[in-house]
Amino acid sequence: MTAENVAPGTDSVASNDVAKPGARTPLVTMTSVNKHYGALHVLRDVNLTIGAGEVVVVIGPSGSGKSTLCRTINRLETIDTGTITLDGKPLPAEGKALANLRSEVGMVFQSFNLFAHKTILENVTLGPIKVRKLKREAAEKEAIALLERVGVATQKDKYPAQLSGGQQQRVAIARALAMKPKVILFDEPTSALDPEMVNEVLEVMTSLAKEGMTMVVVTHEMGFARKAADRVVFMADGQIVEEAEPNAFFTNPSSERARDFLSKILVH
Amino acid sequence: MNVIIDNFDLFFQGFLKTLGIGLICMVGSLILGTIIAAFRVSPVAPLRAVGTLYVNLIRNCPLTVVLFLIAFGLPTIGINQSYYFFGCSALIIYTASFVCEALRSGINAIPAGQAEAARAIGLGFTQNLRHVILPQAFRTAIPPTGSVIIAMFKNSAVLGVFGVSGDLLGNAIILTGSRGFDPVPVYLGIGFFFLMITIPAGLVLGYLERKAVILR
Repeated sequence: MTAENVAPGTDSVASNDVAKPGARTPLVTMTSVNKHYGALHVLRDVNLTIGAGEVVVVIGPSGSGKSTLCRTINRLETIDTGTITLDGKPLPAEGKALANLRSEVGMVFQSFNLFAHKTILENVTLGPIKVRKLKREAAEKEAIALLERVGVATQKDKYPAQLSGGQQQRVAIARALAMKPKVILFDEPTSALDPEMVNEVLEVMTSLAKEGMTMVVVTHEMGFARKAADRVVFMADGQIVEEAEPNAFFTNPSSERARDFLSKILVH
Repeated sequence: MNVIIDNFDLFFQGFLKTLGIGLICMVGSLILGTIIAAFRVSPVAPLRAVGTLYVNLIRNCPLTVVLFLIAFGLPTIGINQSYYFFGCSALIIYTASFVCEALRSGINAIPAGQAEAARAIGLGFTQNLRHVILPQAFRTAIPPTGSVIIAMFKNSAVLGVFGVSGDLLGNAIILTGSRGFDPVPVYLGIGFFFLMITIPAGLVLGYLERKAVILR
């Protein structure tokens, strides 16, 4: 998988407008996607292709529609017009087919959303047992391996509220991984964390990215975007304003809007 | 006061019968109420409409009206059963509308992210209800549901007046009517035995509430 990663800077001239997904097969394709909340036009004619194994970081000011964009990919938000396909197949409407699709798309939320009445282990095994129809034993074995990988296996019998935010978010990542997803959506995964816990979560995410997981990450963590992203998508006012390979984006953004945004967040 | 001691067996049998009716109706109304609550939060609009109609009709009618409609209505469509059956059915149907709303308050109290996370891992609506929403809603809804169940135990007194024999109220009517006892001590006794049901029920609820609390 690492061979697919474009070395930073090698094609910064070409990628300043649109970073090319290279030879990747498209996994998620959004075409002319529009969405309104009443009078508010939150997604304006969004076109985005995410290749298999690609790590796309979506940044932009609050209210720019980046979380909404992320949530449309597993249809937690419906869209008004346009199409979204996963692995070539359009997203199904409600029902069994949609549930199946969601089982293939992992999601990590800003507020963790671990099941409050279930232990850490049960949080991770619920999906595999009920959706993937694994036997409890097999599901627990997988779950413990995943919890070890994110470093919280010792907490497996506790309840979510007994864990720190960083630990809870790592469990949430393990819960998403337990479904063996084709892509994981991260909706501001570190925004609700105390500062000293941000890194432990970003480390897990960085290692996932290195292993070739397809990831869509909505975040304000520019360090993560620089380090782990294949492509940065900059959104403002419901539109994708700029897409670029991270090094190019951070050193020389092509749009005024992105320059303005970066000047506000990078200079302290 | 001798009336209570002299007729203790009658009081005690009434107590057991009332307790039995209450337990049957408690289980019945919890099950039916849960089903109606599932209807009311269903993504299927016709089911939601049925649930809403049920609650708005039944909850807003006096219990006695529900009771009479069932006892006299069902035989006209060929369902002939004992008063006991009709009485319990009416009490279950009536109480379920309150259980439904108490549960719904519990469902509404669960952060939206819980259901979203469940959907995100691919659970369908029924699985989501069963494994994520209802287990949390039940616990959150223990205090209001408990009040509904205690009210139901007391409402079961109507069944005795209505013609179900052998419960506390039915026996009180016998004692004060055909046997001519003074109503005051008789109803003091009846009140005492009702408290013997409802006070422990309240204690059990308090225990359940403490035990089932969900840390967030």
